[in-house]
Amino acid sequence: MNMQKIHTNKLNLFYTDVHALKEISIDIEEKQVTALIGPSGCGKSTFLKTLNRMNDLIAGVKITGDVLLDGLNIYGPYDIVELRKRVGMVFQKPNPFPMSIFDNIAYGPRIHGVKSREKLEELVENSLRSAALWDEVKDRLKKSALGLSGGQQQRLCIARVLAVNPEVVLMDEPTSALDPISTMKIEDLMEELKEKYTIIIVTHNMQQAGRISDKTAFFLHGEIVEFNQTEKIFSKPADKRTEDYITGRFG
Amino acid sequence: MVLRHSFDQGLDDLHLDLLNMGSLVEESIDNTIYALKKQDAELAGKILVNDDVIDDFEKKIEKKCMNLIARQQPLAKDLRTISTALKIITDMERIADASADIAEITIRMSGKKYIKPLIDIPKMAELAKIMVKKSIDAYVKQDIKLAEEVCASDDAVDALFNKIILDLVNLMKNDPGTVEQGIDLMFIAKYLERMGDHATNIGEWVVFNVTGEHDHLARLFHKESAHVPPYDE
Repeated sequence: MNMQKIHTNKLNLFYTDVHALKEISIDIEEKQVTALIGPSGCGKSTFLKTLNRMNDLIAGVKITGDVLLDGLNIYGPYDIVELRKRVGMVFQKPNPFPMSIFDNIAYGPRIHGVKSREKLEELVENSLRSAALWDEVKDRLKKSALGLSGGQQQRLCIARVLAVNPEVVLMDEPTSALDPISTMKIEDLMEELKEKYTIIIVTHNMQQAGRISDKTAFFLHGEIVEFNQTEKIFSKPADKRTEDYITGRFG
Repeated sequence: MVLRHSFDQGLDDLHLDLLNMGSLVEESIDNTIYALKKQDAELAGKILVNDDVIDDFEKKIEKKCMNLIARQQPLAKDLRTISTALKIITDMERIADASADIAEITIRMSGKKYIKPLIDIPKMAELAKIMVKKSIDAYVKQDIKLAEEVCASDDAVDALFNKIILDLVNLMKNDPGTVEQGIDLMFIAKYLERMGDHATNIGEWVVFNVTGEHDHLARLFHKESAHVPPYDE
């Protein structure tokens, strides 16, 4: 049994009048892949964003309840810069900065005060290796990141997150804009990354959740209907609504 | 870059489990034949215990297959490999059941003199054993030729079965005192004959796994020799 990394307690989120997350209480284990699935508008991405306070800047958002990271409530007095360093995020569409591959990766460490060229070079190489991209880009680190393919750009974004040495990596549909081969590369990468990081992924692709995650949470209308071992969810879900969703009966 | 590492790992695990189950089944047949020949009730008892282990193996592999299907969406060769595994574990489990059934009879007959010297039954058992070993080997090596050999040799087992039944019927007709053990020996022959059938099934699934075609190969091989002898032949 792994250690609990994140615990949410009666988490509610309102977009003005819309009650988007309802009483979400869930434990997310360390160094595991947790998948969040559910139909559009069910609250899975909203929930993901609550885990590093990405909803803070959205007008009209009100949040109640707790999100504990290693036992500390991130909605209490918490350094948000520190939080986002510890809990990194990869988005649906690759979003490299319009700068060189090297500078994309070095951006985070530089902001966090790393100045030594040698140290930065080491960080860039390690991050790119961890994201299984090093061999493909090692000879063109000074070239623009925008010249990479979509799949490479997404792995670059993962490397950029890893460069600041996070503990948790949030992924919001990280492969939905990628072709099947790039998707499989990212999926294999997740398998490797979970040895060091806690990964939480939102995916519209149920089969993907089945392939890569240890545990799966099924969201519906802002609630968690079922949260269990992925093997259980995909072979013998406890709730009929989960079964209907994963077998394509609705959604 | 090789993709789907975790799926490949799952398939490798499955393969390894099948090999382990296969060797348990082979061991079970070896022991069955030995116990029957030597009237060794103690060894026969161990076969019964071993059968539970094989049953558990079947359940474990079945669960792995279902899990791989549910989570990995296998297609083409991957799908055939998992379907093949699901099918052949049933045959392997049945072969082990037949061994256990023979072991039970062996225990019942232990301490009693056999009504006739056992010649054809051990011969048949050897043939069945070779078929099972070859079928598992064919699976391990994915060897179609070997799989076809298994299917072709089912006729020899069937022929011995018919001969044994005729002998026993004649024996029982002449001496009603032999009926009790005669029936037991008939059952043993039938179990051995079923082992051959299950080995044939495994062979057919191996061919399916490699080629994608699933034919009743035994039927093709013994088409010309289909002959059911009457008891009073």
